Order: sequence, then structure tokens, then C-alpha cells
Amino acid sequence: MELLIGQMFAGLSLGSVLLLAALGLSLTFGQMGVINMAHGEFMMAGAYTAFVVQRSVSDAGISLLVSIPVGFLVGGLMGLVLEAVHLRRMYHRPMDTLLVTFGVALILQQVARDVFGAPSVDVRAPAWLQGNVELLGSPIPLTRLFILILSLLCLAALAFLLRGTSLGRRIRAVVLNRDLAESSGISTRRTDQLTFFIGSGLAGIAGVAVTLIGSTSPYLGTNYIVDAFLVVVAGGVGQIKGAVIAAFSLGVLQSALEFSTTASIGKVLILVLIVVFLQLRPQGIFSLKTRSLA
Amino acid sequence: MKVSVSKRALLPMAAAAMVTVLAGCGSQIGSPASAGSTTGTGSSCLDTSGSSVKVGFINSLSGTMAISESTVFDSLTLAAEEINASGGVLGKQLQVISEDGASEPTKFAERAGKLIQQDCTAAVFGGWTSSSRKAMLPVFEANDALLFYPVQYEGLEASKNIFYTGATTNQQIIPALDYLAEQGTKSIFLVGSDYVFPRTANKIIQAYAAAHGMRVVGEEYTPLGSTEFSTIVNKVRDSKADAVFNTLNGDSNVAFFRQYKSVGLNAENMPVVSVSIAEEEVPGVGLDNVEGQLTAWDYYQTLDTPANQKFVAAFKAKFGEARVTSDPMEAAYTSLYLWKAMAEKAGSFEVDKIQAAADGVTFEAPEGLVTVNGENNHITKTPRIGKIDSNGLIDTVWSAPKAVEPDPFLTSYDWAKDLAK
Repeated sequence: MELLIGQMFAGLSLGSVLLLAALGLSLTFGQMGVINMAHGEFMMAGAYTAFVVQRSVSDAGISLLVSIPVGFLVGGLMGLVLEAVHLRRMYHRPMDTLLVTFGVALILQQVARDVFGAPSVDVRAPAWLQGNVELLGSPIPLTRLFILILSLLCLAALAFLLRGTSLGRRIRAVVLNRDLAESSGISTRRTDQLTFFIGSGLAGIAGVAVTLIGSTSPYLGTNYIVDAFLVVVAGGVGQIKGAVIAAFSLGVLQSALEFSTTASIGKVLILVLIVVFLQLRPQGIFSLKTRSLA
Repeated sequence: MKVSVSKRALLPMAAAAMVTVLAGCGSQIGSPASAGSTTGTGSSCLDTSGSSVKVGFINSLSGTMAISESTVFDSLTLAAEEINASGGVLGKQLQVISEDGASEPTKFAERAGKLIQQDCTAAVFGGWTSSSRKAMLPVFEANDALLFYPVQYEGLEASKNIFYTGATTNQQIIPALDYLAEQGTKSIFLVGSDYVFPRTANKIIQAYAAAHGMRVVGEEYTPLGSTEFSTIVNKVRDSKADAVFNTLNGDSNVAFFRQYKSVGLNAENMPVVSVSIAEEEVPGVGLDNVEGQLTAWDYYQTLDTPANQKFVAAFKAKFGEARVTSDPMEAAYTSLYLWKAMAEKAGSFEVDKIQAAADGVTFEAPEGLVTVNGENNHITKTPRIGKIDSNGLIDTVWSAPKAVEPDPFLTSYDWAKDLAK
């Protein structure tokens, strides 16, 4: 029983990490069709933001709370620059965005190595996140609980933005039919910029969050980028609710498979499952129905 | 077992093919110095007529391994400077030629070929990962050149062209198990990264455990660089093992120890013995995550020997007070001095004379007196179990009574008979 709860939580926790990493991507890849390989490096930038903030604000608790908005800004601004310099010329060439952003990812990794050094750096977790709470005898790590809550908060904020604000309506309109949206007076340029800013900013927040789990190194992003794309593709491109369901089901499934087999076999099985699933349902869990001709 | 044999047979073949290509390239370049003799394999173009002799350093100064290997490069540099300052080797100053292995085994093989054939170095020092060593091995054998390899590894290898100055398994893993058994450990959980060293190490541990009445209650591998340890740590916690044997590599250690600590496990209720966390890695893993945990090496910065005090002081003077020294760095430092001693005993820089002179050569290393075993080209080392202290340094808590003879094929252990096959 104790173990079952521990494992359930491990699954949800893994799911929440996947969701955080994939949320921004589902916006930029899903809604805008940009294959942003540098999304992982925006996470890395968020993680180093947490490191830099912690160096200047020595209290780990305050620095974590400050890092989250600052990480959002750093990731968002990097996204904005990438969008302005490269991507806006490539909205009709998704495969080229893959190459360009992959190049940008390599450049960012090298910049991180040159600025912060190749060895990984340590971002301390605040005292109030150390240890665990017992749930029916099973220890629930506080850092993992924090990430779970943070990812749900980000999800709620994004859902509100898309559903409840005029910006969200503009984003959805541009996704559904770019030409029609433009002829209705929506500035697609500005909408693209803002969407990319928010999507990249979410990567920054994810980066701050994962400093609580692992090490902060120039390669941090490469650990998450493939999983993030898997979540977005399995969930159905352009579907936030699909990404949510995909992230949590992948998390729970992977933990269960890892537990009943071994970590390496579990990872293989989950990839096999995704391949089979996409064979049966190439559009993912949800698919976007649009009248757009494109 | 059959699969791995055929794999092993494939690797030298592939590498041999590569060497052929390299040799072809070499002769095409046709440097004036080698124009007279053929640049074919086996002939040395070493020139000792001047006042200096060339040696090659090959370390990854870029790529993922740069973190670790640049520290080895630093300590090799220190050793070369010290040797030059005290008159060089056989009256000749060392001229170091450094190549970047770039964390890629093929690059190591190619650059090693260059150091041997084009630069005509007397000996080459470096390498870290087993895959880089395995890629370089056929290059050194085909050219009959010398490589000094300074890192602990999985054993089961002996080449007359490689001197292994890091620990083999009976100088690191087996002593660590002896220590655990001595502490009354009845059950262990094995956690490792998924590549050759942890898998081989754990095979040895399984055999040891079976022969010594220890139970292995779990064996888990994660991909290199993995940061997701919730499930593994749950398994470890549930196993109620007496101790954990950790062969994780690099950054995975951070995620593992953080998760480990956050579910309430620590050095008191379930100690972890790590074989790839040295002084250099502690800050990256986070001191508060690993304080009090155990490590298995042959050298720690805190060792109280005159040779070590001199080594640490010289290193800090050259590279800064904040730097630390670790086992692979010490083994690299030692390797250059051992080569010096071999050359002086042989009275020559020639490879066959050095090989003939190697057996019994000694050096008062920072870790203590080491002696070269000419039969398998490894050296004697003193295994030590350490405990990570509050400064991030490692204190020796147990030490083998005397230096242990290298036994890379574990032939002196009855229970390990089937492993070397």
C-alpha cells in the first residue's frame, strides 16, 4: 500500500515535470507549427537564471520564488529574439525551423559552457522544500510536490489566458485560420510574437523547477526536449488538454513500467507504446478540427 | 557471453580498418622527417638527437567529458613542468604536444595516430572513458607505441602497449565489497548508468555476493544523464537493503542523491558507496546531498603522505587555492613519473626497451609507493574507503593494510572464475 502510493505519486510527479517541459512547446509547436529544438535550451537558461539569482539572493527560498518570474522573462525574451531574428522568416517552412533552432540550441549550449563552465552547478533547494510529508506512510518529497503544484498553476494560467482573455482569443483565431484572422484585423505578427514569448517563458519556468530535481548543466535541455516533443505529439498537436492527458498518462505509465520491469526496459516499453499509439492514431489523443485550407 | 565475444572481435577489426586508413593518410602527408623511412606501422620515428623529447597528452578538452578530463590534463601538465624543472628525463626536456579527444572515441583513435606517426612522441598519456581506451588500443598496438591510461576501469584487459595507472576492479570494487562485508552488510542494491563499466562492475559484485553470502536485492540501470529517479529510489527504499552500491556516472548522481535524501534515506539508515564521485564531483552533486556517504578509490586529497602534501601544494599553487585533487588526477600525475622512471631504468626512450624495463619500477606517489607489474602493465595500489566530510573533501575511513597487486582478470579469486571468459 505504502509502495503503491509512493509509485502513484512518482508517476504524477514525473507527469508534472513532463507537462511543465511540454506546456510551452505545445504552444509554440502546437499552435504555431514551429519545431523549436532550442526549447530545451530555454529551459537551461531558466535553470541558470535560478543559479544566478541564488548567487545574488543568498536565501534559497526567496531566490526560488524570485527565479520563477525572472526565469519566465529570461526564457520569454530569448524566445522573442529567436522569433524576431529567425523564425518569422520561416513560418511556412517548418522543417527549416528544425535545423535553425537546432543550431541555435548548440550555440546556446556553448555559450552556457563558456559563461558558467562545463561542470554542472548546484542550485540549493530552500529549507522548506527539503524532506518530505508522509501520506499514509509513504514519503512524498516536498520538491516534487512543489513542482506538481507549480505545473498545475502554469496550466491554469495558460488555460485562463487562452480561454478568458482577448489575447487568447486572438491566438486561437490565428491558429484556426491565419488568413481569415489577419483579414479580420488581428495583427498576426504581434500575436505570433506574444505566443512565442509565453511559450518560451514557460520553458524558463520549467528550467527553474527542474533545478530542484537534477543538476544544472549546459546539457540540461537535451534531457527534456525529446520527452517534451513526445508529449506534444502524443497529446495531439495544438491541444493543451491533449498535452495534459499525455503528460500524466506517460508519467504514470512509465513509473509503473519501470517499477514492474527495470528502468531501462521501462523506458524502451514506453517508447514502443508511443510508436504503436501513433500508428493507430497519428493525430494524437485530440486533433484540431479546422476549416482552414492550409 | 557469446554476443559480447563477437562484439569484442568486431571492435579491433573495425579499428584495424581505421588504422589502415590512418596509416595511408600518414604516408600521403609524408612529412620530411619521415621521408627516408616508411611511415608504415611498427616503425618509430622518434627523434632523440636534440635537447628535448616529445610526449603526447590526449584528453577531452571539449564535449561532455571535458569536465573530468581537463582536470587530468592539468595534473599531467603539472607533472611535466616539475620533471622539466628538475632536469627532464635522461637529460632531455619534455616537449608536450596536446590533442583534444573531444569526448569521441573515434577522435581519440585518430588523434592518437597523429601523436604517434606525425608528432613522433615517445609516449602518450590520457584517455578516460573505456570506449576511448578501447578505440585507441589497436592504434597503439599496430604502431607499437605506449599509452599511459590514468583512470579506474572495469578490468579484463591487458595490453603490452598500455600502462594502466588507475585501479582495476580488485583495487577498487572488491575492496569496497570487503569493507561492506566487514561492516556486516548482508544485502545490497546496485544502481548504475547503463554502459560498460557499471554492467561489468555489477557482474563482479553479483559473483562476489553469491560467494560471500551477501544478497543483491536489486540491480537497476538508467541511461547516461538520466534525471528521473523517483521509481528507482522507491524500489531502493522498499528493498530495505543494508547498503547501495552506486556506479552512476556524472550528472545522474545529482538527481539520484537529491531524490534519495528527499524520501528520508541517508548515510546512517542506508549508506551509499560510490565509485565515480571524487573530490572534483562533490560540489556539482551538492555537498549537502552526499555528506557522510562513502566512496571507493585509492587516493584522496586528504591523504597524509609527504608526497601528497607536495602534490596538493604544487597543484594549488599552479591552478588556484579553490581547486581540488582527485584519484584520476593523481594517477595521471603518477603515470608521467612512472614513465620517467622506466626510461631511466631502460636508459632509452625506445618502446621495447621501456617495456622490458617496466617490471618492478617504483614511484613514491601521493597515494603511497606504487610498483609496476610487468606481467599485466598495471600498478600496485592501496584501496581506500572514504567518507565525504563537511568541507566536500573525503576522509579515509578504511585502508587496505598494504598495496594490492593488480589482477585485472581476477584470476586469484576462486569465485570470479567464470567472469573473465
